[in-house]
Amino acid sequence: MATFKFELVSPERLVLSTEVDQVDLPGVDGDFGVLANHSPFLSTLRAGIVAVRTGSETTRIFVRGGFADVSPAGLTVLAETAIPVAELKPDQIAAEIRDAEEDVADAKTPDARTRAEQKLAQLRDVASALQAA
Amino acid sequence: MPSLKDLKNRIASVKATQKITKAMQMVAAAKLRRAQEAAEAARPFATRMADVLGNLAAGAVGRDDAPRLMAGTGRTQVHLLVVCTAERGLCGGFNSQIVRLAREHINRLLAEGKEVKIITVGKKGADALRRDHGGRIIERIELRGLKTLDFSVAAGIQQKVLELFETNQFDVCTLFYSRFRSVIAQIPTAKQIVPFEVETAASTGGALYDYEPGETEILEELLPRAIAVQIFTALLENAASEQGARMSAMDNATRNAGDMINKLSLQYNRSRQAMITKELIEIISGAEAL
Repeated sequence: MATFKFELVSPERLVLSTEVDQVDLPGVDGDFGVLANHSPFLSTLRAGIVAVRTGSETTRIFVRGGFADVSPAGLTVLAETAIPVAELKPDQIAAEIRDAEEDVADAKTPDARTRAEQKLAQLRDVASALQAA
Repeated sequence: MPSLKDLKNRIASVKATQKITKAMQMVAAAKLRRAQEAAEAARPFATRMADVLGNLAAGAVGRDDAPRLMAGTGRTQVHLLVVCTAERGLCGGFNSQIVRLAREHINRLLAEGKEVKIITVGKKGADALRRDHGGRIIERIELRGLKTLDFSVAAGIQQKVLELFETNQFDVCTLFYSRFRSVIAQIPTAKQIVPFEVETAASTGGALYDYEPGETEILEELLPRAIAVQIFTALLENAASEQGARMSAMDNATRNAGDMINKLSLQYNRSRQAMITKELIEIISGAEAL
């Protein structure tokens, strides 16, 4: 199977930079998978889990506030938060949810409120998905 | 002429000071390395962000529906300055350099009849600007007590700026910080963040991009983040600059203290010698008189 270059970057550091077979991403308009030679594509991401497949191995990484850039050179994901699921502690997600709840409470404009509520819903989805797994 | 005892005390006191400056220099050197690493690690994110934005914005520039953050309000009446300085002093000209640049900027704007609002990040900047422009400071953000500078700090500042922008409290926002060139050279810099200036990269590699959701939506979502990234970069550069400035300032201080100790020791030894000679002469001439 053809591989392609995948980079996951958070503001603090380069989290991951490897050759991979497939990456599944939580896009705003629905999940999508990227294989080698994908057509150029740019999408914002929901808070959720990125699944990176290399051979028979799958690495799952929690991302929040990011976007994916598929270019001929490979796939780059920029995320405000990126934590491998294995290192993710339940209270971290809980803290994120608490933050989001505060944002909803603080929101001054209706626009900001909808956005904050969306974020909160996404985080709750992730939390329940993680609990199920 | 100070007495021997006085000289001895002074030498001891300068030695103590030298010990402190030496320790501060070493601490700053260690912190500088960490700050530089952090700035280094943040670079990929910033460059990628700039690339993507460049591609996106190339299409949006000049269009009527360009996001407000890029197009601006169409006026330049009210200016918001975000002045980033350190929390502590004793770092050479670091804080005063930034403040001087900001002050020049403020005076120029005021002379042109514009309105100025200030947000200070870091205690020293607030202290320095309070004297002349206290009434213009609308918010102070302190970084004290933060162990590491992470992205959420920058995101917090960005949120405050955007809130002000959305409620039409300012037209142009400029960020003041110090760029880290080397340990001895830090360059105070002013950077406009609203309206956001995008370096439009012409090379999309000839590829046609698919956007999800639309191009404008993505741009609208990315711009606030790009601003946060710029603030974050500025804070990291500032942190590195501060440690660099402190390191060289403390290095100088240590050297000066060394010079002073040498000079004082020389003086001490000379007066001691003079006293011994004097006593000898007294004894000898006393013996001769007999």
